[in-house]
Amino acid sequence: MQFPLMKAVVGLAFAAIAGGGAITEAPAQTPPNVLIVGQIAEPKSLDPHAVTAVNDFRILMNLYDGLVRYKDGTLEPEPGLAESWDISDDGLTYTFKLREGVTFHDGSSLDAEAVKFNFERMLDENHPYHDTGPFPLAFFFQAIDSVAAPDASTVVFKLKEPYAPFLSNLAYPTGLIASPAVVEEYGQDYGRHPSGTGPFKFESWESNTSVVITRNDDYWDGAPPLEAVVYRPITDANTRVAEMLSGGIDLMVEVPPDNLDQFRQDPAFKVYEQAGPHLWFLILNAKEGPFADKRVRQAVNYAIDKKALVDDVLQGTAEVAAGPTPPAFAWAYNEALKPYPYDPDKAKALLEEAGAAGAELTFYVTEGGSGMLDPVAMGTAIQADLAKVGLDVTIETYEWNTFLGEVNPGLEGKADMAEMAWMTNDPDTLPYLALRTEAFPDKGGFNSGYYSNPEVDALLEQARSSTDRGERARLYKAMQEIVREDAPWAFVANWKQNAVSTAAVEGFALQPSFFLILRDVSKN
Amino acid sequence: MAAYIFKRLVALIPVLFGISIIVFLMLALIPGGTAVAILGPLASAENVAKLNQELGFDRPLIEQYLTWMGNLLHGDLGRSYSLKRPVADEVFERFSATLILAGTSLVLCSVLGLLAGVVSAVRQFGWTDRIVTFVVLIGISMPSFWLGLLLIVLFAVELRWLPASGMVAVYGGGGLLDVVRHLILPAFTLAVVATGVIARLTRTAMLEVLRQDYIRTARAKGLSERRVIARHAFKAALVNVVPLIGVQTGLVLGGAVYIETVFQWPGIGRMLVDAISTRDILLVQGGVLVLAVSYVLVNLVADVVQTMLDPRLKS
Repeated sequence: MQFPLMKAVVGLAFAAIAGGGAITEAPAQTPPNVLIVGQIAEPKSLDPHAVTAVNDFRILMNLYDGLVRYKDGTLEPEPGLAESWDISDDGLTYTFKLREGVTFHDGSSLDAEAVKFNFERMLDENHPYHDTGPFPLAFFFQAIDSVAAPDASTVVFKLKEPYAPFLSNLAYPTGLIASPAVVEEYGQDYGRHPSGTGPFKFESWESNTSVVITRNDDYWDGAPPLEAVVYRPITDANTRVAEMLSGGIDLMVEVPPDNLDQFRQDPAFKVYEQAGPHLWFLILNAKEGPFADKRVRQAVNYAIDKKALVDDVLQGTAEVAAGPTPPAFAWAYNEALKPYPYDPDKAKALLEEAGAAGAELTFYVTEGGSGMLDPVAMGTAIQADLAKVGLDVTIETYEWNTFLGEVNPGLEGKADMAEMAWMTNDPDTLPYLALRTEAFPDKGGFNSGYYSNPEVDALLEQARSSTDRGERARLYKAMQEIVREDAPWAFVANWKQNAVSTAAVEGFALQPSFFLILRDVSKN
Repeated sequence: MAAYIFKRLVALIPVLFGISIIVFLMLALIPGGTAVAILGPLASAENVAKLNQELGFDRPLIEQYLTWMGNLLHGDLGRSYSLKRPVADEVFERFSATLILAGTSLVLCSVLGLLAGVVSAVRQFGWTDRIVTFVVLIGISMPSFWLGLLLIVLFAVELRWLPASGMVAVYGGGGLLDVVRHLILPAFTLAVVATGVIARLTRTAMLEVLRQDYIRTARAKGLSERRVIARHAFKAALVNVVPLIGVQTGLVLGGAVYIETVFQWPGIGRMLVDAISTRDILLVQGGVLVLAVSYVLVNLVADVVQTMLDPRLKS
């Protein structure tokens, strides 16, 4: 008996596979002079004022400019759309001189009124386009009292109080300048029709397939070498690696630690690493329970084998953290600070002394989330370390958004400790928002462990209002020493961001800001 | 027949109604809110409360549901908070992609499953049967996302015959051939389990039919074996297999969630995963609604086909 249909199907299948081989040799290469970037997720919006994720910033920084930008390889502001600026002696007035002749991608011109529009849209609830929000990071600019445009090329910001991080915040994506004409045209839909002044222009966005941006030939800082950049969201890390290996993308970020070595040993690829202003820590509930006692908080810092965490769990993609400020803020970082050594005996002694031996603790762990690295594995390793000094830790695991909903309102009555990670752009941000008495959750801050030390409060307030950087550095360094000693957190790791590109990609470097700057990148 | 189809379509309404209530309640019950998801880790409690009010999440659940229902009856699925675009646009775009993937898979698993089942039954206990049964068992048992990764490693990374992921080449792609090349791996992966199930059932159904008296009669009449199998046995067995293919649609659509993630297919399964994690309730409602309708419709088609194959079922 015969089955001709079966034969036909099998034949077709083989033909398809063999044919596939013939037609696909060329397409395995990405097009020349077009950079394909493997992103970790679909962007939420391309409106720079409406987003909070680094993943979105990686696109935005190439579409837009701010008044200032970070100098290559640093977190120091340099001129962007503003050619120069002046800060009044009292630190309350910032006057910016705009670059002449810059136009937005839609052709409208960048002038002082456009800058004013951008900040007022974010900050003024009565602004006609305030409803195109919400603007989650508008508080970066809440110190602004008014924005004025005395002439077309001058912008004057008046602040309510001296606010030292202001310049640095202007270099952050929340400070990027969007075209008012296009915001007015698209309103609520602006986030899908972005228009800036950046080195690349928006071309297209297909849901979960790609965002394409093309060269801005009229860019004020010189047209970039690349003809276009294509951002592909590839949420699955394994698939991202497979795309890199199969030639489907030219550049990928956030490479799983497991795969880094493989890329390192292959001359067809280049591996990039860069430490950034990131801190991974445990919030300890200082309000109630065992962690109300400083000695118990210190004991936890001694009990956690941080070296093993960064070397084994994170496979060398992070470094041990010494205190609340990441070393990437070089000018404000206290070099004298040493990480708590791994010393289980000392931890046990401290616990004994505090009468907390064998204490039972509830530990909030998240499954994933921005900057959280490998939170489940890290949480489990920490649980094991604490068990070695006799602490009985119960882990409760939550999905990221749920986790934030539990942790941000404060740990009181719920948990003794929780994982957390922050990536910031100024040494002020994290301690100011998460270590002051005035930053308790019920006051709108993120001090979920209720740490309170009047000395730290005073130092942070002073540092924020001083415009002298040497003075600020001194204050931050003093703050770090006290906080390390008080141990409101268990300081664990500073992440090194990584990326891999094909050998054909040139001129690329990761930035300490964690942004992806492509204006000088080329592909041969 | 028309009256029958109409009756079935009317019966669809309470089903969809029930589904929408369940989805709505489930999303309301899981912790973590839409406002937190939009505002990100740095959202203050005050801003969260304000946004919840703006979005209407501070109102009673029943009121929220009725508003959604009211808008739906006007053909308005609402606006996605996380994507900042109309739900209908997003759902339509993404469902088209899923339709291409799931449709191809469904055809693949039906053809391969039926073929394997028939061959297996005709050669019962022979070598062909054993090999087919063995392969089918492996197919059913293997987690499809894992199989997907293996296929990517083989065909995309090692051989470089096919692209690893996506639906079209992101730069200068988009032609039919381009889509087909991207479709081969995910469609095959997605079809594997359903193929196994259909093959197993076809084999059983065929074996049963082959034992019937009329088959013996047909053979005794001197009909060729091929004619007996194709005309008499297969058609009768098909009556039992067709509704199963309908049920497999559910499996294929469900499996699409994993497969779309592994292969980065821009379909509705991945959209739902994202929408659930960002608590984008309107997007979830829209997506589930479309999936539910398509599932019910495919089963309706299966039932109609079955009735056509076996007129006795009409009554």
